[in-house]
Amino acid sequence: MFETLSRRLGAAFSELRGKGRLTEADVDEALRNVRLALLEADVNVAVVKSLLGRVRERAVGAEVTKSLTPGQQVVKIVHEELVRTLGGATAPLVRPAAPPLVVLVVGLQGSGKTTTAAKLAHHLRGEGRRPLLVAADLRRPAAIEQLETLGARIDVPVFSDRKAKAPKLVKQALKHARSAGHGAVVVDTAGRLQIDDDLMTELAAIRKIADPDEVLLVVDAMTGQEAVNVAEGFLETADLTGLVLTKLDGDARGGAAISAREVTGKPIKFVGVGEGIDDLEVFHPDRMASRILGMGDVLTLIEKAERAYDEEEALRAAEKLREATFDLEDFLEQLQRLRKMGPLQQLVGMLPGAGAALGDVDIDERRLARVEAIIRSMTREERRNPKLIDGSRKRRIAAGSGTRPQDVNALLKQFAEAQKMMKALAGGRNPIPGLALPGMGRSRRKR
Amino acid sequence: MPTETAVLIVLLALVAVVALVLVRRRSGGAASRSQPNPTLAAAVPDLRRRLGRTRSALAQAFRRSALDEAFWEELEEALLAADVGTEVTAELLAEVRARHPATPEAARVALEELIADSMSGADRSLHLDGNPAVILVVGVNGTGKTTTIAKLAKRLGDEGHRVVLAAADTFRAAAVEQLRTWGARLEVPVVAGASGADPASVAFEALETARRERADVVVVDTAGRLQSKTNLMDELAKIKRVLERNGASVSEVLLVLDGTTGQNAVGQAEAFRAAVDVTGLVLTKLDGTAKGGAAIAIERRLGIPVKELGVGEGLDDLVPFDPRAYAEALLEP
Repeated sequence: MFETLSRRLGAAFSELRGKGRLTEADVDEALRNVRLALLEADVNVAVVKSLLGRVRERAVGAEVTKSLTPGQQVVKIVHEELVRTLGGATAPLVRPAAPPLVVLVVGLQGSGKTTTAAKLAHHLRGEGRRPLLVAADLRRPAAIEQLETLGARIDVPVFSDRKAKAPKLVKQALKHARSAGHGAVVVDTAGRLQIDDDLMTELAAIRKIADPDEVLLVVDAMTGQEAVNVAEGFLETADLTGLVLTKLDGDARGGAAISAREVTGKPIKFVGVGEGIDDLEVFHPDRMASRILGMGDVLTLIEKAERAYDEEEALRAAEKLREATFDLEDFLEQLQRLRKMGPLQQLVGMLPGAGAALGDVDIDERRLARVEAIIRSMTREERRNPKLIDGSRKRRIAAGSGTRPQDVNALLKQFAEAQKMMKALAGGRNPIPGLALPGMGRSRRKR
Repeated sequence: MPTETAVLIVLLALVAVVALVLVRRRSGGAASRSQPNPTLAAAVPDLRRRLGRTRSALAQAFRRSALDEAFWEELEEALLAADVGTEVTAELLAEVRARHPATPEAARVALEELIADSMSGADRSLHLDGNPAVILVVGVNGTGKTTTIAKLAKRLGDEGHRVVLAAADTFRAAAVEQLRTWGARLEVPVVAGASGADPASVAFEALETARRERADVVVVDTAGRLQSKTNLMDELAKIKRVLERNGASVSEVLLVLDGTTGQNAVGQAEAFRAAVDVTGLVLTKLDGTAKGGAAIAIERRLGIPVKELGVGEGLDDLVPFDPRAYAEALLEP
């Protein structure tokens, strides 16, 4: 169901390469696939249309770089357009002329407002701005307790009043913040649907009273087509200044980012990447664009690879993988080469779909070092043909690498398993559902 | 798949990708990154217009007198805009075309029937087997699990059941207080552990309480978890295992899906089914303009029936799912 764009395009264009300029036919063929990829990533259907319109204008007649196929060239242009749509650069919080900085956090129910408010306060506290949290969600049961618990955890005071109405509460909170010398005020508001007239009227009243420097709409990264309606509704009523995208630690492609950004024209200022209080990051448009396109960060990976490998070596490794004759000796050699390209965890993250396919798999460098030690303690012959390794050899290898014979056993078993999977891969089947491996033949996620 | 093997595979895959990509690009030359030019501002008004158009795409489509390509295109847009997804949209449209409708109205009726038919037939009743019967409520963060449980407890109480609620979301700050507030409002006992307590033990304690107090239904609230977090999914499986090992009949495992969620909903259903064998869906937040079309894909692909719809914040705003009414609402211009 989630066949990735790169694979699709790889199939559509494998024969064509570097043929001068992109023709209308090239572009339209590529954009049909791009359209599906964007829709599967939950970019709103109307936003997709307008995006593709812009891409088409730029792409037709564009020169095809020698090293790219026309399909890849179009994707490159799409990627650039997405990055531009997402805002090009990171967007910091505004600096008010006089403190306190007032931030209003708004959004639908369950988008992550309370958690985001606490994370923001924590972030501001780290900047030495003495924040105050304001619990203005008086509707959801225990929303105040939730913010109070989080406030206590990060050592930020929480202003609340269970009896007041939200606009009046915010007014009191601001007065208190000024007199107590708080440098920042973060107001958590109740979740509301953008079509709920009563609550939207209340939000407008809060906004008027708070006169905030920032009004941040919290958008769940898993949101579908509805993102445009939500963003539009809140833009009109709350006069948004920015967006926060939450739950990005999941495996949603996050097309809602594009939809909300395009419909509001407001920058995405932060992203929520976990349940920890530190899990708030500034937004990187280029990474988001790659994620939405399901590209991982293959471009960066390729750039790194080009520096670490020469053509001959690449050819050799590819051949071995295809014929499934890739042995421990090759593994050791490639591992060292990969290391030169950067931290392995980071490289894996650049593989399209890796996060989704592997869940929380951590590349534990220490464990890997142990694996390396074991392989290094083998003779060249043993690495080429692990069948040679009998009990006494196992004991020798374990002693040499400072591990136990069980560890050697485990590694051999795992490698055999891995080889089997590579064979499947070479045969055009993808052993890891969801992991997109460009150039590894067509494979589909199993249903 | 054991973690270590996964890591090995990924590294091999990494090598493979790098090698193959380089081989394919033998002609060399780094991709140049051209400068973006500022046309976004100019494009936004155009988008507004387009959006307005999509919203009324259906209305417009069904007003057409002929079944031309523009009609099919508008119909496609409308289904996509309801989060039905590209694959199911294509399937549905192909099926409608195969029926050769003569007019746009006939096409609409056919589509409505197709959607309803593809979803009907499933058993959508809530199963309350065992004494007590256990309903496990699961889902990603922020979908409305706790609110759904309150509504469910209200309905079960109205039907004469004696309900115990288990506050097994011991992770999120104040989740227990949230359920307690509902419990107090509904006069339903809530069993909770300390913050950070083992959720399985809380669920077990609720089961014991129910047995002792002769309650016949236990509804277990669990912490929201993203389906990609394997350790949290394992924890969920453990809750169910512990309950069953202690003789409980977990007769319903309800996955609460946010109706505004897009295509990720399908992955959620898959992952939660793998972990705890989901028996039904609750689609929430459908009182907005979201249509929750991803549920169609989930029923068609995974066969998990939608059982309930959340249509508001009131305690009575949980209604049994009716495929015909749903199909009608989906295609409402």
